[in-house]
Amino acid sequence: MDAIKLRAENLNLYFGKKQILKNVMIDFPENQVTSLIGPSGCGKSTLLRSFNRMHDLSPDATIEGKLYLDDIDLYDKKNSVTDIRKRIGMVFQKPNPLPKSIYENLSYPLKIHNYPKNEIPNLIENALRESFLWDEVKDELKKPAVKLSGGQQQRLCIARTVVLRPEVILMDEPCSALDPISTKKIEELILKLKKDFTIVIVTHNMQQAQRISNKVAFMYLGELIEFDSCDTIFNHPKNELTQRYIGGHFG
Amino acid sequence: MYKKKLLDTFNWMILCGSTLMVCLFLGIILWDIFSAGLSSLSWRFVSTFPTNGMTQGGILPAIVGTVILTFITTLFAVPFGVACAIYLNEYAKPSILTNTIRASIRNLAGIPSIIYGLFGLALFVKALHFGTSILSAGLTLGLLSLPYIITTTEEALKRIPNSLREATLALGVTQAETIKDVVLPKALPGILTGVILTLSRAAGETAPILFTGVAFYINGVSTAANQEFMALPYHLYMLSTQHNAIEQVRPLAYGTAAVLILLVFILNILAFYVRFKNRTQD
Repeated sequence: MDAIKLRAENLNLYFGKKQILKNVMIDFPENQVTSLIGPSGCGKSTLLRSFNRMHDLSPDATIEGKLYLDDIDLYDKKNSVTDIRKRIGMVFQKPNPLPKSIYENLSYPLKIHNYPKNEIPNLIENALRESFLWDEVKDELKKPAVKLSGGQQQRLCIARTVVLRPEVILMDEPCSALDPISTKKIEELILKLKKDFTIVIVTHNMQQAQRISNKVAFMYLGELIEFDSCDTIFNHPKNELTQRYIGGHFG
Repeated sequence: MYKKKLLDTFNWMILCGSTLMVCLFLGIILWDIFSAGLSSLSWRFVSTFPTNGMTQGGILPAIVGTVILTFITTLFAVPFGVACAIYLNEYAKPSILTNTIRASIRNLAGIPSIIYGLFGLALFVKALHFGTSILSAGLTLGLLSLPYIITTTEEALKRIPNSLREATLALGVTQAETIKDVVLPKALPGILTGVILTLSRAAGETAPILFTGVAFYINGVSTAANQEFMALPYHLYMLSTQHNAIEQVRPLAYGTAAVLILLVFILNILAFYVRFKNRTQD
């Protein structure tokens, strides 16, 4: 049995009166890549965002049930939300570099979390190397991050998450705004990063889910329909809905 | 087909004509003021005191008064206005109360400036015992400017995409740090543009300072906050309607108008520059 890193227990989530997640129970294994798939509006992103408490800012979101990182209750009032977000990083659909230089994009979170000044340059170099970006940007670290290409921006955003050494990285369709070559680079990156991080990724791309995942969760209308190994979901799915979705009959 | 094309040309003519009409009015005003005021514009005019019952000399105290007055307005209205906009856009949850507050602020922008003058008289001059002074007048103009500053700042903050806020929040940065380090720097050009345009409007107001501290003539330049002061718009008003030798001081009045317009023009150019600089950066 794999060690469990992230867990949702009886998770119900509402936006106003509308129920988005229905009694979701799911365990994400440590140091593996888990993909969340399903048609648009099925609640994949909502589930992902509930782990690093991004719904805290939506006043009409209500959350019932329990979410755990190891044995830490993520919504316990005793736990600080900034600490949780430092341990559970997130990469978004559209690359969102800060309007600062490449270097400052990585030094900013380190400064905020009070890393010693003399360690910062090394941490930044390591994170950029880990994200396959160092060779492309090492001579122009002072350049505004928004001048990078879309794929480079997204790798910078991954580096910015990695630099804080989180335990989990949540990725919300990180390749949907990128071309195939950039997508390939990010996929290679994800496969490398899973050695050090637990990765949960939302994707609309079946081939991508097949290429990178250890486990795959299929969601439909706010419910978790099937959750199994990548091979089982794509080759012998047990649920009829999963079969039809994988077969491309709806979505 | 032919009819449609004719209609199209007609529409274009109406729209283009309206634009030309507006430009024409602006041109006439500027031509009128500068052609009549140019003769009195000189270094002496902006650097000396008025003499002989305003019929001669310069308008230095009025310029200094307007500058200090605008400074006090800035000091009061900008911090409060920006803070209020940050609260409304970044913190306040959408509710009936928030919407009421926002609607009230929008409505405040429509209140005639003379009412601000009377309110300033009641509050600052009388109730708070600041007397008729540059402080009372500056605060009154500040109140007048607040709704504009709040509205333009809120619009500038609204233009910052949420993805940018999420970027730092997801890194464990607090909301306050996110606002200070990411949102405000990015919104700064927009905020500054709104602030400068608001202040250039406030600098030209007459009614709010009429009861709260402006004076027709001050002996010497006063820089104390509790003193009465001279200001360009009021000076212009007096010279063009209240003076006992109106014909004689008419060139001076035109000169004053030209200086006031130039002052506002400089502020507007500044706002334009801030916006332009921001555009080339993106």
